Amino acid sequence: MEWLNTSIDWLTLLFQEWVVVYFHMLPDALQTVIWIVLKIVVIMVPLMLSVAYLTLAERKVIGAMQVRMGPTTVGPRGSLQPIADAVKLMFKEIIIPTGANKYLFLTAPLLSLGPALAAWAVLPFGDGLVLAEVNAALLYVLALTSIGVYGVIIAGWSSNSKYALLGTMRSAAQIVSYEIAMGFALVGVLIAAGSLNLGEIVNSQRGDYGALNWFMIPLFPLFVIYFISGVAETNRAPFDVAEGESEIVAGFHVDYSGMAFAVFFLAEYANMILIAALTAIMFMGGWLSILPVSWIAPFADVPVLGWILGDGIHWFFAKMSIFLFLFLWFRATFPRYRYDQIMRLGWKIFIPITIVWILIVGLFVLTGLGPWFSAA
Amino acid sequence: MSGLIRFLKSLSLKELRVGLGVTGRYFFARKFTLQYPDDKTPLSPRFRGLHALRRYPNGEERCIGCKLCEAVCPALAITIESEPRDDGTRRTTRYDIDLTKCIFCGYCEESCPVDSIVETHIFEYYGEKKGDLYMTKERLLAVGDKYEKEIAAARALDAPYR
Repeated sequence: MEWLNTSIDWLTLLFQEWVVVYFHMLPDALQTVIWIVLKIVVIMVPLMLSVAYLTLAERKVIGAMQVRMGPTTVGPRGSLQPIADAVKLMFKEIIIPTGANKYLFLTAPLLSLGPALAAWAVLPFGDGLVLAEVNAALLYVLALTSIGVYGVIIAGWSSNSKYALLGTMRSAAQIVSYEIAMGFALVGVLIAAGSLNLGEIVNSQRGDYGALNWFMIPLFPLFVIYFISGVAETNRAPFDVAEGESEIVAGFHVDYSGMAFAVFFLAEYANMILIAALTAIMFMGGWLSILPVSWIAPFADVPVLGWILGDGIHWFFAKMSIFLFLFLWFRATFPRYRYDQIMRLGWKIFIPITIVWILIVGLFVLTGLGPWFSAA
Repeated sequence: MSGLIRFLKSLSLKELRVGLGVTGRYFFARKFTLQYPDDKTPLSPRFRGLHALRRYPNGEERCIGCKLCEAVCPALAITIESEPRDDGTRRTTRYDIDLTKCIFCGYCEESCPVDSIVETHIFEYYGEKKGDLYMTKERLLAVGDKYEKEIAAARALDAPYR
């Protein structure tokens, strides 16, 4: 044990004397850049791992709902399956069709993954725990989730294939339509919270009654519409006409293979996680604890229990997991919508309801209703 | 009025919630999956798998070359040639079953008066090149010799029902 202690001491010394000292000798601008890159890595690596394991969770959950087991062979209970899939996809050849526009064809997957990752910059994981404290964060998120559609459009167009193009047109029209309902739902949140800053939106859901203070309750129709639009926005079942196997092969990414295809796959799942996180932040109080303050107070000083019951990042992850499970549950349950039904739902049902409810929210705020708007 | 009720009902997402309830129940149900190479389903003694030619306990082959199986075979998968042996008994000189033609109906086994051609419980076999699934008399006898114990046990189990 002696050598272990001495080596730990020696490593600590090395760290303090060399790494810290040299780090402070760097120019200030460079220090900032290094810090930001480190923070990005800290967000991205777990996110990518969650994306990988979300695919496994999807196969397991849908399997269970279809009374079968899902992957069981690679690793204990199939736990290494995503790794095996990733390795397989990395070693596959990326086939570029003869008639395709090579540069756009290879840019498209990145264009659809990029926004899904970039949106994480403004998401608060806890009180003040955010990469970039942006005041117009809500606008930034709305903008980035809309940019994602360009990846799909360019992919379908540059493939030079009729099936890919059909999938693209469906997807583009669908995403643009649901963007509006989604935006209106967020306008309701905006009125209720009085801020575009995601951290402040969460904090305005703080109150004495725990979960009863969340916007989920006064904005319930908007909450439901936002999440359903989110499902449509990510092209997930039952709104997955963009890749409807039965009609248009695999839709916009029919000509993609290997890693280029894997990037589309990553983008879809990263978008799912993003929508789940946004729903948790906007309507379910982000990192806030589900319990009322007065219930937590007696346990605040108990070592582990106090931390679990109090506000924190774990509540945020728990809420996200609920919505991610809903994504998978929907996919296992609902048959795919017909295309005109999707359009009817978006334009003739969601948008009118959101507009009406925005007016009602306005009334709520004016009258200072209940525990939600009394402060405003 | 009924239109309004239908409209409100669809707004409550009732049917979607019922559907989620069904899949939600099955989420916790016992899974039917069988981990095939590790677990296997029990086989009936009447299972009709790979063919075999049997022998009597003294080592004499059972087949007497009556060609009933060849005649009954609906897929024309069996080819038999026979001639008298030195001791005056009729024996086959050729007994081939083309497994790529065979439909595993079991008529050959039913028709055999001496229980010579049988279908065994073996179903995990394969051929790597053309001709691997063409069973000759030697190969059929080899299968019979190798699995005689299991074949006899399966026949004994099924005997009361025949």
